[in-house]
Amino acid sequence: MWLELRGAARRFGDRRALDDVSFALEQGEIGCLLGPSGCGKTTALRCIAGLETLDGGMILSRGQVLGGPGVHVAPHLRGIGFVFQDHALFPHLTARGNVEFGLRHLDRAERRARADEMLGLVGLADHAGAYPAQLSGGQQQRVAIARALAPRPATLLLDEPFSSLDVALRERLVGELRSLLKSLGATALVVTHDQLEAFALADRVGLMRDGRLEQWGTPYDLYHRPVSRFAAGFVGQASFLPACCSGTGELQTELGPLRQGHATSAACGGEVDVLLRPDDVVHDDRSPLRARVVERVFRGAEFLYTLELPSGRRVLSLVPSHHDHRIGESIGVRLATDHVVTFPPLRGVTTDVAP
Amino acid sequence: MPLLPSRPAAVLTVAALAVPALLPILSAAAAWAVPAGDVWQHQLQHVLPRVAGNTLLLLALVALTTALLGTALAWLVAAHEFPGRRFFAWALLLPLAVPGYVLAVVFAGALDFAGPLQSWLRAAVSPAVQLPPVRSLGGAAIVLSLCLYPYVYLLARVAFETAGARTLEAAQTLGLDRGAAFRRALLPLARPAVAAGVGLVCMETLSDFGVVAALNVDTFTTAIYRAWYGMFSLSAALQMAGVLALFALAAAWIERRFRGARGFAGARPSTELPRQRLTGFGGLAASAAAGAVLAVAFVLPMAQLLAWSVEHAATDLDARYWAFAGRSVALAASGALVIVVAALALGYALRLEHRRWLRALGRFATVGYAIPGTVLAVGLFVPVAALGGWLQERFDAALGAAAPQVFLQGTLLTMFVAYLARFLAVGSGAVESGLERIHRNLDEAAALLGARGMARLRRLHLPLLRGSLLAAAVLAFVDLMKELPITLMTRPFGFETLAVRVFEMAAEGEWERAALPSVLIVAAGILPVVLLARRVTHVA
Repeated sequence: MWLELRGAARRFGDRRALDDVSFALEQGEIGCLLGPSGCGKTTALRCIAGLETLDGGMILSRGQVLGGPGVHVAPHLRGIGFVFQDHALFPHLTARGNVEFGLRHLDRAERRARADEMLGLVGLADHAGAYPAQLSGGQQQRVAIARALAPRPATLLLDEPFSSLDVALRERLVGELRSLLKSLGATALVVTHDQLEAFALADRVGLMRDGRLEQWGTPYDLYHRPVSRFAAGFVGQASFLPACCSGTGELQTELGPLRQGHATSAACGGEVDVLLRPDDVVHDDRSPLRARVVERVFRGAEFLYTLELPSGRRVLSLVPSHHDHRIGESIGVRLATDHVVTFPPLRGVTTDVAP
Repeated sequence: MPLLPSRPAAVLTVAALAVPALLPILSAAAAWAVPAGDVWQHQLQHVLPRVAGNTLLLLALVALTTALLGTALAWLVAAHEFPGRRFFAWALLLPLAVPGYVLAVVFAGALDFAGPLQSWLRAAVSPAVQLPPVRSLGGAAIVLSLCLYPYVYLLARVAFETAGARTLEAAQTLGLDRGAAFRRALLPLARPAVAAGVGLVCMETLSDFGVVAALNVDTFTTAIYRAWYGMFSLSAALQMAGVLALFALAAAWIERRFRGARGFAGARPSTELPRQRLTGFGGLAASAAAGAVLAVAFVLPMAQLLAWSVEHAATDLDARYWAFAGRSVALAASGALVIVVAALALGYALRLEHRRWLRALGRFATVGYAIPGTVLAVGLFVPVAALGGWLQERFDAALGAAAPQVFLQGTLLTMFVAYLARFLAVGSGAVESGLERIHRNLDEAAALLGARGMARLRRLHLPLLRGSLLAAAVLAFVDLMKELPITLMTRPFGFETLAVRVFEMAAEGEWERAALPSVLIVAAGILPVVLLARRVTHVA
């Protein structure tokens, strides 16, 4: 394993900012820690970098212990590059000066050559003499990445790399960052609160909540095989529909029967809730099952309808935008579910549409 | 978080820097615990009541005058348009550049019975005309008020300019006319700023030695000086210093309480205060009022000073004069260097070791700005003399008859420790605001890239702090050029600076001969006042 956390823990007073977190990255993989603010993802990053000390567990890089019981390797000796949320560029140094900062062990000519090489890689060869204040947000970020990568770290850590940038820029930069990291063969761990960023960037995504790692897996797994209601709700939109488990392994729902694909709920006995993604509920005029439109959000290519079933249950449905239905209309729906995921039913909760 | 500090060096630095300010307070407190005999009895019965009465009366007069004068001028300049307003907006700060004792010397000389004004009055009006004596408590109150009103003026003006527009508009929509809006809305709004300004004025008045000495008023500072130099009673001086320190710390507490109002560093008004145009007689009257204050507090005294200087240049502008100037500059420059280095060490230590109790200890290091120089001088004498004695014993024990004579109390050591205690706050204010502007992420980024400790200080902080350090050095340099009581009371025998020379000429009543050394001190003091005036006069 290239980078590994084993039961990592960190407390701030009574609060467990990091609670028994374990995951691993292979060389060249891009990992992403995803979660709401205050979930501990940035703390995890700072612990790996050595900016915080661990209270329990271990952090290993290439088999060497960086932090653990009685061990705390100094930040600059860990072979970790860090890109700060606000980039933290040194304002008194040019782009080149910033990239050269961590290269004191090289002589002047080598330092210069390495800095220019790095700036070339991030496409800023022409801006080597510019000061941070003269660069755009995206350019500053690339200087920060070049600076972090210049000393050839084993792993690059990026803390919310896009949060300080324009929304319009983000989508393009996410793609660019992924191809840059991949072309350099860098192992990287990114922290973000935006699931689309996480999906677009990462090979592996870790979902965090209250200091714990809720789920670790591929973006596809996280979306289609969430391990908890929280995971289902945080990663994409979700609605839940009660179902009854029959002896044959079929689930009976208000919208018809479902075949259980995998063993998410091996213990099938009685009531469960089925996770429905908006794309699992398909609009079909020929379907005998009807649902009433109670809310709709226009998204350009499609509408996101909130539909009310005869029982009063609500589900979300994603429908191509030429199907323009008004609020109050009844439309035909059917299920088209590839991955059936079930959870034990929640008691005392009637409206069950997670955001 | 671990209880033990991870960087003992940082804690030691802060603790060491708190010593110069705390030692004198402890010495003064200790003096109260030891009975001091006859001298103290005499002091308690005859000196202390008179001295305390004079000090408090002077304090009250100066506080009241500066509060009225400063607020009125601030309101005039901030809320009215009249001929010369833009000039007066910054020029009214100029008296800050003139040390009180210089103004006292000019007033004493010019308004003396034999001085130019009274001679002219007797010749022109009537031989019987006589002005009340300048060398009195009233005279000292006038001189101090003219020197110190800019503190109140500046803070009140900024308060009016930054928050005044909205408040004035709100009050006017509620049916108040301009005058009523000022009384009922703007004045209460500026009250914390005025209080902070008056707090500063009180601190300066309590620590003043030069004005009261030149104008022959018995206050705590002159009593301390006399107890030591006249009666050679260190304990009496120390006990007096203890009482004065209490007053001074109380004034500092008031100033600190209201300091939140001091937002003038870069504070910009959201809307400009609408100025009432004064035309015709009103405009002239406004110009005349502002002009009169400026003339009495700055222009006329400076003209008098220059006239006397020219008169005496032929005889006094000699090698001795340049020796005073050289000593002043050398002392101020080396003192400023010590202060800036200490301020940087303090600021950096507090940045590295981020703890509440350490920050509190750091505040002790800068409390010296409130303690009068006379108190610091006598308060540091005892511990430094004790240190000298201790070293002497060690040397004697180790070397016997060959041991050198250790005599620390007459060296520059006491002087520099006292300078550090009194002016560390000046340097550390500038350094700390500079450090605050450097985001902590930069520290971490530098650490991750291998620059830690001194390397980080050299490669990251020093380049970013260059401007702040220069500002700190300039402010400290000017304060040290003007400094009188510490230099006077701790200097080696016969060691004269410009300020000491002014004091000695004043003590002998040779007012005119004090002018030449004064001119250089004022010249040095004008630079930072002009810089300050430019920084806060963005509206005008």
